[in-house]
This record gives sequence, structure tokens and C-alpha cells, in this order.
Amino acid sequence: MQDAAMNALSETAGPTENRAFDIHAAFRDSRVADVLAELDRELVGLAPVKSRVRDICALLLIDALRKQAGLSTAAPSLHMSFTGNPGTGKTTVALRMAQILHRLGYVRKGHLVAVTRDDLVGQYIGHTAPKTREVLKRAMGGVLFIDEAYYLYRPENERDYGQEAIEILLQEMENSRDDLVVILAGYKDRMDRFFRSNPGLSSRIAHHIDFPDYTDEELFAIAQLMLDEMQYRLSDAAVETLREYIARRRAQPHFANARSIRNALDRARLRQASRLFARGGPLTQTDLVTIEAQDLRASRVFGAGGNDA
Amino acid sequence: MALAVHASTHIPWLEDTTMKQIGHRTLSAAERYKAGVLKYADMGYWDGDYEPKDTDVLAVFRITPQEGVDPTEAAAAVAGESSTATWTVVWTDRLTACERYRAKAYRVDPVPGAPGQYFAYIAYDLDLFEPGSIANLSASIIGNVFGFKPLKALRLEDMRLPVAYVKTFPGPPTGIVVERERLDKFGRPLLGATVKPKLGLSGKNYGRVVYEALRGGLDFTKDDENINSQPFMHWRDRFLYCMEAVNRAQAATGEVKGHYLNVTAATMEDMYERAEFAKELGSVIVMIDLVIGYTAIQSMSKWARKNDMLLHLHRAGHSTYTRQKSHGVSFRVISKWMRLAGVDHLHAGTVVGKLEGDPNTVQGYYGVLRETHNAVDLPRGLFFEQDWAGLGGVMPVASGGIHAGQMHQLLTYLGEDCVLQFGGGTIGHPMGIAAGATANRVALEAMVLARNEGRDIWNEGPDILAKAARHCQPLQAALDTWRDVTFDYASTDTPDFVPTSTAAA
Amino acid sequence: MRLTQGTFSFLPDLTDEQIRAQIEYCLARGWALSIEYTDDPHPRNTYWEMFGAPLFDLRDAAGIMQELNACRATFPNHYIKLNAFDATRGIESLRLSFIVNRPADEPGFGLVRQEGPGRQQRYTTRAYATERPEGKRY
Repeated sequence: MQDAAMNALSETAGPTENRAFDIHAAFRDSRVADVLAELDRELVGLAPVKSRVRDICALLLIDALRKQAGLSTAAPSLHMSFTGNPGTGKTTVALRMAQILHRLGYVRKGHLVAVTRDDLVGQYIGHTAPKTREVLKRAMGGVLFIDEAYYLYRPENERDYGQEAIEILLQEMENSRDDLVVILAGYKDRMDRFFRSNPGLSSRIAHHIDFPDYTDEELFAIAQLMLDEMQYRLSDAAVETLREYIARRRAQPHFANARSIRNALDRARLRQASRLFARGGPLTQTDLVTIEAQDLRASRVFGAGGNDA
Repeated sequence: MALAVHASTHIPWLEDTTMKQIGHRTLSAAERYKAGVLKYADMGYWDGDYEPKDTDVLAVFRITPQEGVDPTEAAAAVAGESSTATWTVVWTDRLTACERYRAKAYRVDPVPGAPGQYFAYIAYDLDLFEPGSIANLSASIIGNVFGFKPLKALRLEDMRLPVAYVKTFPGPPTGIVVERERLDKFGRPLLGATVKPKLGLSGKNYGRVVYEALRGGLDFTKDDENINSQPFMHWRDRFLYCMEAVNRAQAATGEVKGHYLNVTAATMEDMYERAEFAKELGSVIVMIDLVIGYTAIQSMSKWARKNDMLLHLHRAGHSTYTRQKSHGVSFRVISKWMRLAGVDHLHAGTVVGKLEGDPNTVQGYYGVLRETHNAVDLPRGLFFEQDWAGLGGVMPVASGGIHAGQMHQLLTYLGEDCVLQFGGGTIGHPMGIAAGATANRVALEAMVLARNEGRDIWNEGPDILAKAARHCQPLQAALDTWRDVTFDYASTDTPDFVPTSTAAA
Repeated sequence: MRLTQGTFSFLPDLTDEQIRAQIEYCLARGWALSIEYTDDPHPRNTYWEMFGAPLFDLRDAAGIMQELNACRATFPNHYIKLNAFDATRGIESLRLSFIVNRPADEPGFGLVRQEGPGRQQRYTTRAYATERPEGKRY
């Protein structure tokens, strides 16, 4: 393991015991920087998350170097928990984390298998174990991402098969540490309760990362990114409307950060199309790419008659 | 003599005054069909603007015109002589949709680095061919034209067989995939050996060689092309002893084994009789020689399909017309015809062995035989894209002067879906035939294992073999015996689009 | 007697590390692996028992090794093979198949002859082990 890091070491290893360990060379050769840069590009804000990811990288890199130097390293536990509201970038960061772990040599393939309770828990006796094991086998060599992990645990129903999935999960998190990394994700408060009720799981989680909600400014920047990607732009009036939309939307139920923004823009595109269609006549390129204030303002968020968000 | 109508006789429907652009010149129908001799190009056998249809049969010939013959006219002549034309104008053309039946030369390119030679591309309408008949296809394309005087030499280089035509052939009776399933052998080339000496062994002694070779680790043994029914060993005797050997070897190893029983004989009746006997004895495979002819091959293919039998074809005699570059028929065309005709095995060259075979050219044959689709690949001699329309693959057979020490080269050049036949390399082993077979099998399995592990077998091959020989004395002996044997001669049938190199380089 | 079915039977039994490397080769090509076992190794016994369904969509050898070890634990004295299946058009069949477990003692096969007309004989290959009922053979 840690091929890249080891290559870096062999270059700097001197003949004496007091070898120099070039942490920067190791970092460079692992090509983790590319992943971090990618993370910076695709995710707006999230400064605390990015900083935690960087800390974990540094720790893993040092562990690799320590191992190379023959120093004691407790086989690092790599399982993690990502907590935060929906739409705060947990899945995206998990994808990048899988790549980082791969480049540092902690997982062999670096793919991400994202599942929820339904993928793990069966409907009848004897169904759950094969289902869970199947998912675990698919995740081997990579990262298993379990979204809304607390749904696995339903104390109100003592015959719930979720408990069986948790037990298998626990067992594999311990026994197959070289083969896969598990990331449990969900709302912070519910995850906390989940861990309190399942101390066995909690004790196997080495890294907790909390994903804060985006600020209004960040959400606006995210919207701009999404629009660029889709080749749309906002009229001057629409810019203001969108800012207003973001502030109002946050206060309403089921707010899901970036995901709510994505949905709002999708609906605005729909309204823009209807508007252009109703108008008829020749269309310019500008017409085709421009979202107008009215396309946003028709949203229920503004108390308009529409029945969508 | 009422029909001996001369064109100058007044026949109203001949006197069509419509001007037609035919070939180089614009001729009226009256001019075109006036008795006498016209240039082929002017008769409509050259059309530089022709766009081949998806249903056309395409052929590319290497033509070497006589001094002073224009290459375009030579190409048109080939098109004409391989389709509707004769040396003179015949008015009876006009009773037909002759435009359609005329083959059209549509492109002529000089051959790189070969002054005086040209590649002529010719398109044939599908209606010119009887469905499912190689005899008809070959009689059309190579029937008369090869003796045509205005050409010094002529070679059929490649053909594109349209899907519409491919679908009229049943193809290999078994195919590579099903052959592997029947034999339960996957992931490696199959191993075979031809019984040596080719001639003179009695049935009992012959069967001994079969038994030893199969028991030692080969999958197949083989009759040679000229083992039929001679005074020293009648065919029934051979079949009986060989099947005793095959069954003994199966029991000794727990593997399916086979011996290619050559059923080649003087008449179809004899061949059917021999094939039936092979089936009765439980053989999984029978063998025929190319010299029995295309129709006989198709008949045996039909028989093999009906009787769950693998059909092995030895290409006996092909070098008489495939080897020289300037004249004849390329073996890639023969390969295409045989895949249509329907055989399961076809000898297609070794690259490194004792028989003719440039690496790229041979890989071209292998591609033709076993892939579902061939892309244009000029360095490998493939001039056309070819869709095989779901036709099964033919297992290429590499036979002649190869030994265990070349295993890394063979696997690199030829890949996995082929039969490697080590005749001398098995029977000539200093520790005996079974040891020779074991040496080959161990060398092969070790090489496949290493390749799959990601080793660079081309460069590390000798090390891999040496290491495998540490747990296999027969392999060590084989490596010691044949260490320096190579057949490194320049090939004659080489690609025109890359510099020539030899295999063992 | 050593049963020589499968791609690598002429080599010394593969170590787990070697088996892993072959699995990785197959996974890299998108082939699905499956595990089969039997105590009837007749050369024409096409249908060995399946140890679960083929393992589709796996990325790493670890999951297959886990299954293989489970199969070995259940059938320590059976023949076990790993198959790699390729669903590509024109193949849709196995691309590799090799034995990864075999009984400690392999008695092999007997050849039973029945004399027929003329000099013909009918041959029957019989595994000595199959004289006993399934599950009690090795």
C-alpha cells in the first residue's frame, strides 16, 4: 500500500538511519492535491469541511511515512461519519474522499457505492444478510456510503431487520478494514442519537465531519455555477429576485441547500420555456439563455398561486 | 443461323440514340453495342464515381498490367472478365439489366513501393451470386480472369462480403465459443500435435503416440493432411486405435480430449462413411483437407452441424496460390471464404514457426477468422470493414516448427483463441512424448498465468519459462533441446503498408 | 491422479495471492466471477453446483475471496472452480475457469469397456468417487 508515498520516500532515503522524509514530495507524488483542487472547484464554500478533509489527508500521509520508517502506527481506522442537512455536499465529498483514499493507497479501487436502508435491509427472515453482504462485496476496494444511516435502527420495532444489517456492517467494518471504508451520513441530530444507541458503531468511526448549511451568498454562487453549466444566465432583475428567493426559501420547510437551488432553477427553466412558447414569434439567442425575474417570481416561495416550491 | 444478327442490321430497339456516359467516353447505345471490340472501360466496367452499395460484394485485386496497358483499363478488364464481359461486344447484353450485372472498377491506387502494380477495387452486385455457395462466389471472382493475357499477374487481395450475403451462409458448425464450452477449456490456447512420422506407422503404433501426447497434457492430436487410407494403415484401423487412445487419455486426466480424424477421401460417399464411423466411435472432431474443394467442404460442414461434430480444416495446397505476392489469392480471402463455408478450425500460420508468415499478415488472418467485426487495417492487410453478422468464429490453428520456448511470442502474437500445435515439439522430446506434451502445457499455463498477472511476457518470457521449469523437469529438457531453434527467414507475403520485420527479431 | 480440468491445473496449486491476481485480471475486463463446486468431476459433468449466483458488479477481489473462503469452509474436500463470465456480444460465455480447491485424495477414473460388433468398443468413463453417494465421495 501507499505506493506513491513509498516512491517518494525511496528517492529521499539516505544511507543512514536518519533518513529525510520529504512530506511535500510524498504529497505531490500521491496526486491528492488534484483531488483537493477539484473539490475546491466543484464545491462552493464549505471551508470547515475542506479543512477537515485536508487534516485527514495529512494524517494519512504521515501514517504512511511512519509505517515506512518502521514506527508504530495503529492500523488507522478510516470509517467516517458525515453529518449535515440535505444538499450540503456530503455525497460529493464522499466521492472525492474515495479518490483521496485510493491515491494514498488506503483503498485499492477508489469507487463509491452509495446506498440507503432499502439496499441493505430485506423484507423477510434470511433476506437481510445476503443483501447486506452483496452490497459490502460491491463496495470492497472502495467506499461504502450509507445515506440516512439512522433508518437502519428502528428501536420501536424489535423485530426490525435493520439490526441484522448493523451487526453485519459492524463485523465487516472490523474484519475487512483493508478492504473497505464505510461512511455513514445523515442529519446531525439524528446521527448523534443513532450513535448513542449503537456505541459499537460509534466507536469504529474515526472521523466526524460536520457539513454546515450554506450561507445565502454561497447558495447564490452555487446557482451561478449551475447556470453556467446549463448555459443559462439571469437578467439583472432576476439576479435580485434569486437573492430574495434564497432568503425566503431558507425559512420554509424542507429546505435542502444546494438541492433546493437546483430544483428552483429547473422550475425556472420550465417557466422560461412556457413563457417563450406563449410569446411566439422569432427568438434570439439572448431569449433562449435568459432567465427573467418573472420565471423565478412565479414560485410559491413568493406566495404566488403556483403549487410548486 | 437466324440468331446471328449483326449489329448493323436494322433492329429498331438497338438504335437507341440516348447518349450515355459510360466509362471514359460518352457512347450512344448504338455505338456501345456495335459489333467489335471495345475498351473494357468504355463498356461500363470502370466508373470512378461509383459509390459501392452496402449490399455490394467488394474485391480488391493487385494487378500488374502488361507494358503499355493503362491501369484503369486493366482494372476495368478484371471487372469485366469477373462479371458479364467477354472479349467482344454481344448484343444479347441488351436482353438483360446489364448495367446492374456489370462489375464496376471504381478505384485504382498504385501499390506503395511496387512500381507497375496497382490495387484495383471492384464492386459486384449481390444479384450476381447464388446464396450460400462458395463455389459460385469463387467461380465468379476468380473463375477466368487470372489467365487474362493483358495482365502479367493478378492477385485477389481482399473481399468485403455484405451482411446480406453473409447471412446466406450458416458458418462454422460449432464456432469458437461453443467449442470451448463443449471441451470445457477456457482462457488459454488449446494444444495439439500432429502424429509423427506422418507416414508409415501402423494403427497400433499410431494410437500410442496419440495416447501419450493426450495423457501428457495436450487437448488434441491430429492426423496429417496426407494420412487417409494407405497400405501401412487403413482408415478404420486408425480410427479404432485413436479412439482407444482418446478414451484412455480422458480417463487418465479427467479432461475432454480429441483426435482430428482425417476423413478426406476420394469421394463424398467415402468421406461420409468415414465421418459416420468417427461419430459412432465417439470422436468430438473430424478433419478434412482444403484440397477436397469448396463444395465438399460445405457438404462436410453441413454434416458436422447435423452431427454435433467439430470440423477441422487443414489448408493443404494453399501455398500454391497464396504465397506469392504478385499472383494468386491471398490467404485472408481463403480465410473469409472458409468462415462462410463453415469450418471450426483452420490452419492460419504461426508467425514464428517453419512455414511462411509475416506477423502482421498472419494477425490479419486471425482477425478475419475469429472476430465479430473487422475494421480496415492496412498494415495487417485488411482493406475493407467486414461485419460478420453473428457468424461464429473459426479457431485458427498455428502449426509447424514451434516449440515451448517460444510460448511468450506465440501468446503475444496469436492471443488466446487458437490451437497451438507442437508436433515435433512434443514427439521429439528427449524424455518421451508424454513429457513433451507436459512441457508444452506447463509452459502455456505458466505464460497465461503471468500475462494475466500483468507481467510483460514479451520481455520476461524466457524468465517465466525458466521459473516454471523449476517444478517441471520436462519443460527444462524442452528448453534445453530447442533453445536456439528459430526459422528467421524473410516472408514473401508481407504487408504493403508497413516496413517488413521478422518474427524472431 | 490429478484432475487437469481448468486453465491452471498443470501448475502447482495457486496460492490465494495468485488467485487474487487472476480475479483482478477478470474484474478489470468487466467479467463476472462465479464459484462452482462438485464431487463428480466427470469430464462431461457440465453443471457443477453453483455456490450462490455469479457475483456481478464487483470491483475488487476481496469480495470474491470472501465467498471462495466460505465455499472452501463448507466443502473443504470438493473440487471448487472459479469461472469468469464475459457478456460481450459474440462471446457470452466463460473467459477463464480454473480449479481453486481439490480433494486431498483424487482416485481418478476407471474406463469401462463394452465389446461391440467387429472390433468396436463402447467406452464409459467413471469416477471411482461417484460409486458412493453425493456428499460422501471425498
